Amino acid sequence: MNKPLRRVALAMMVMVVLLMGNATYVQVIQADELREHPLNKRTMYEEFARERGQIIAGGQSLASSVPNNHDRYKYLRTYPNGPLYAPVTGFYSFFYGSNGIERAQDKILNGTDDSMAFDRLSDMITGKAPRGGSVELTINPAMQQVAYDQLTSKGFQGSVVALNPSTGEILSMVNAPSYDPNPLAAVDNNAVAEQWNKLNNDPHQPMANRAVSEIYPPGSTFKLITAAAALESGYTPSSKVQDAPFITLPNSRTPLPNYGGKQCAGNTLTDALAHSCNTAFAEIAGKLGVDKMRQTAAAFGFGQDLQIPMTVAKSDLGAMSDAASLYQSGIGQRDVRVTPMQNAMMAAAIANGGKLMKPQLVKATRAPDMAELDTFRPEEMNQAVSPEIAQMIRDMMIQSEKNTKGEGKISGVEIASKTGTAQHGDVKDQPHGWYVAFAPAEHPTIAVAVIVENGGDEGAEATGGSIAAPIGRAVIRAGLQGGG
Amino acid sequence: MAQPVATSGATSGAPRVATRRGTELFMLVCSAFIVTFALVLVELAQEQTVTRELFYYGFAFLALYGAAHFGVRRWAPYADPLILPLVSLINGMGLVMLHRLDLAPVVGAPFTGKQIIFTTAGVVLFILVLVLVKDHRTLAQYGYTCGFVGLALLALPGLLPSSISEANGAKLWINLGFLSIQPGEFAKILLLVFFASFLVSKRELFTTAGKRFLGVDWPRPRDLMPVIVAWFLSIGIVVLEKDLGTSLLFFGIVLVMIYIATERAVWVFLGMAMFGLGCVVAFNLFAHVQARVNTWLDPLAEGAQNDQLRTGLFGMANGGIGGSGLGSGMPNLTSWAVSDFIISAIGEEIGLVGLMALLMVYLLLMMRGLRSALAVRDSFGKLFAGGLSFTIALQLFVVAGGVTGLIPMTGLTAPFLAAGGSSMLANYVLVALLLRISDAARRPQAPAKPKPKQAPIAEAHTELVERPR
Repeated sequence: MNKPLRRVALAMMVMVVLLMGNATYVQVIQADELREHPLNKRTMYEEFARERGQIIAGGQSLASSVPNNHDRYKYLRTYPNGPLYAPVTGFYSFFYGSNGIERAQDKILNGTDDSMAFDRLSDMITGKAPRGGSVELTINPAMQQVAYDQLTSKGFQGSVVALNPSTGEILSMVNAPSYDPNPLAAVDNNAVAEQWNKLNNDPHQPMANRAVSEIYPPGSTFKLITAAAALESGYTPSSKVQDAPFITLPNSRTPLPNYGGKQCAGNTLTDALAHSCNTAFAEIAGKLGVDKMRQTAAAFGFGQDLQIPMTVAKSDLGAMSDAASLYQSGIGQRDVRVTPMQNAMMAAAIANGGKLMKPQLVKATRAPDMAELDTFRPEEMNQAVSPEIAQMIRDMMIQSEKNTKGEGKISGVEIASKTGTAQHGDVKDQPHGWYVAFAPAEHPTIAVAVIVENGGDEGAEATGGSIAAPIGRAVIRAGLQGGG
Repeated sequence: MAQPVATSGATSGAPRVATRRGTELFMLVCSAFIVTFALVLVELAQEQTVTRELFYYGFAFLALYGAAHFGVRRWAPYADPLILPLVSLINGMGLVMLHRLDLAPVVGAPFTGKQIIFTTAGVVLFILVLVLVKDHRTLAQYGYTCGFVGLALLALPGLLPSSISEANGAKLWINLGFLSIQPGEFAKILLLVFFASFLVSKRELFTTAGKRFLGVDWPRPRDLMPVIVAWFLSIGIVVLEKDLGTSLLFFGIVLVMIYIATERAVWVFLGMAMFGLGCVVAFNLFAHVQARVNTWLDPLAEGAQNDQLRTGLFGMANGGIGGSGLGSGMPNLTSWAVSDFIISAIGEEIGLVGLMALLMVYLLLMMRGLRSALAVRDSFGKLFAGGLSFTIALQLFVVAGGVTGLIPMTGLTAPFLAAGGSSMLANYVLVALLLRISDAARRPQAPAKPKPKQAPIAEAHTELVERPR
C-alpha cells in the first residue's frame, strides 16, 4: 500500500501548494484592487487611525487632526473656522468621503504620496506612527474674512473670488451661505447622517461651491470680453459705436434696450463700456460674429479644463445659433454662463497685461516634519490679449469704475472695474449683481470677482454697483492694507 | 524509510534505537518561545506594555505540552518527535490570535478562556488515548462497533429538533445549554476506524477486476457498495444537516482510503464523478448551496450574503505580503474571525509570509503522519494512519480554500487553530492515534528468531531425489 500512500502524500502537497498559490493571488496580485474596493472599510479605518496633516493658510491652521479617545477614529478632523474656509478645505467624512483640498490633496494629507516615501520609511524604522503631510494654501486670511463677513452680514447668497493677477494665486474663495465641515467629520454616524441630510435638503444649497462649480449669467461683465474681441478686430477705444436707447434684434421684433431705456451717454467704445451700453455691445458682437466671440472667450479661459486643484466647472457661451442670440450673448445674456472663478480670471488677465495665469490654491506641500516637498510655481495658461489691448481695456475699466455707484471707494487707490446686473430666468425681477475689478490699476496686485445672487437685499432695484461693488472694494482694501 | 532497527536488532539482539524524545522536548520549547513571542507582539501593539504575566502564560503553555510530552515519553516512547511540537505551534498561534481578537472591540464573547480549557481537555484526552490504546491494531477489532456509533453520532443532529441542533443554518450541533457538541467531529474518527478495518479485511474484493473499458479495469458493480454507501452518507449530511464541509470531508476520506487499500486509481475517478453528480444535484435542489457558489463566483458583489468572504479577503489584502503585524491589523472587521475565518485573520496580521509558514507547518504535520503510515508494518495501521493524515489535509484544504476564495465556502474549522471545542478534542484524539501508530512504526521489532543456518548452495550436498514412479 506504499505506492498509493506516496501518491496521497503528493496530492496533499499539491493541495497545500494550491492554497499557497491562491493566498499569493489574494494578498499580492489582487491586493490593490481589494484595498481600493469601495466596500472595504479597512482602508477608511486606517486613514482615520492615522494623524492626517494640516491645511494651513497665512500661518493659520484651517484643518487639523486632534487625538481622540475613540478606538477606531484615533484622530478627529477639526476645522477652527469651518464655514469661512469650507469652500477651500472641503470636508472629510468617514461616511460621505471628502471634497475640496481634503480630497484633491488627499495623498499628501494622509501621507501616502510618493514624495513622502522616505518619510514613511524613516517612520517605520524609528517606530513612529505614520503621519500625513501638510498643505499650505495661497489664501490670504484677512481677505477671506472680509469677503465672508461682507457677504454674510447682509445675509447675501453669493461668492467672492480674489486672485493675484501676476501669479494666479487664489487669495480668497468664499461662498455664502456656507456650511460647517466639523459635524460631518464626527464619529457618531447618526448625527453625521442627520447633518448631511439637513445640508443637502437646504434650499440655499450651502454645500454648493459657488466659486468654482456653479455657473451664472455674467451680465455686463461679459462686455469686457466683447470689448477685447472688438479691439482685436480693429476697433479702438475711440471708435464710434451705437448709442441708441434700444435696437431691434435681427430677424425679430424684439427690442433690446439699454439699462433704464436711456440713450447712451457718449458714442465711443470707451463711453459704451463706462456706461455699460447694451445696444453698442450687442451690435459689436453681431458684427464680430460667432467665431470671433468664441475665440476671445476661449482665450480668457472659457471651456477649458481647469484644476485648482479642485475641478472648476466650464464656462460656456451657449449655442449662439442665430444673429439675435449672438447679439444677446454679446452683452452676457442668453446662454452665456460663467463661474465666479472665470470672471476673476478674466479680470486678472486684463490686470496682468493680457497674460492669463493658472489659478492655484496650493502654495506648498510639506512633509510631517514641515520640510518642503513641493512649492507653487506660477503657470501661464494663455496670452488672452496683447499687452496693448489689455491696457486699453484697463483704461476703459477705470472710466467704468468712476461711473459705478456704491460705497467703499478707497482714497488713493485707483480701481479698474466692471459691474454686471444679470437678469435670469430663476427669479425674473431679482438680478444677480456682479462686480469684477483689479487694483491698484497701474500695478495690480489683486483681481476680484463678486456675485451677489438675486438682488441681495435690494431685490429688483439692485445693480452690480449697488450690491456687489462695495464687497469687492472691501476685499481689495483688506488685501492692500491687511497684508498679503 | 530504511529501518536500521530491523538490521541492528537482528545482529545485536538488544535494540538500541534513538527515541528522539529529547528532540521533541527541545522543539516544544522552541514552539513555546515562538508562541510567547507572538503574545508579546500582540500585547505591545494592543496595550503598549509587556507584563510579566505573559511569560507565565508562556510557561503554562510549555507545562501543558510538557505533560503531553511526558505522556508520549511514557506510553509511546518511539513516536514521531515532530508531530506534537507542530500541533502545539498551531494550537498556540490559534490561542494568540483568539486572545488578540478578544482585545479588539466588537467581536463578541471572549473566546480565549474557553479555548484554553478545550486545549487542556484536548491534551488530557490525548494522554488518555495513548494510555488506553496500547496497540492500534486492537481498534481494528472494534471496526463495526465504531462504524455504528459513528453513524449514529453523525446522524443524531440531523434527526434532532432544530432548536437544539441548528446554528448558523447548519444542523450539526447538540446543544446541551452549557455546552454544544458537534458529534460529527468525533464520528469522523470512529468512521475512519470502521473504514480502515472494513477495507483491510475486504480489500481483495475490490481488487477483483470487472470489465475492461477505455483502457481501465472497472470494478464489478457489486463491489461498488462501500462507495455508494459513502455517497449516500454525504448526500444525507447535506440534506439533513446542511453541512457541505462535513459532507465533502467524509466523501473525500472514504475515497482516499479505498484508493490506498486497493491501489487502484479508478476508484478515485469513479468517486469524483459521483461527487460531481452529487454537487450538481445539490446545487439544483438547495438554495444554500446556490448561495455559496454564487458568493464564491463573485465575492466582491454587493450584498450581505457575501459579507463574510469579502471581509476576509479585504483583511488578507490589508495584510499583504508582510502583514500588518500581530495586534496591528483589523481582523475584528472580518466576520467569524474566531472560527472559520481565523485563517484570514492570521493572513492579515502576519501576512502572506506568515500564512505560508502556517501552511508549511500543517504540511509538515500531514507528511509526518504519512511517513508513519509508510513505515508501519500492518495494513490496518497504514490505512488508518493514511486516513488520519488525509483528514487533517482535507479539513485544512476545505476551510482555507473556502475562506481564501479557492473553492466555495463550506463550514469546517481549521484543525487546532479555530475556536471550537469538539473539533479541538477530536483532533487531539486523531493526533494521539497518529502518534500511537508512529510509535509502532518506529518501535524496534522483537529480535527475529535466528533462522537455521543453511549452507551455501554451492557447498550443499547433492541430495538424492527419488524418481517418481
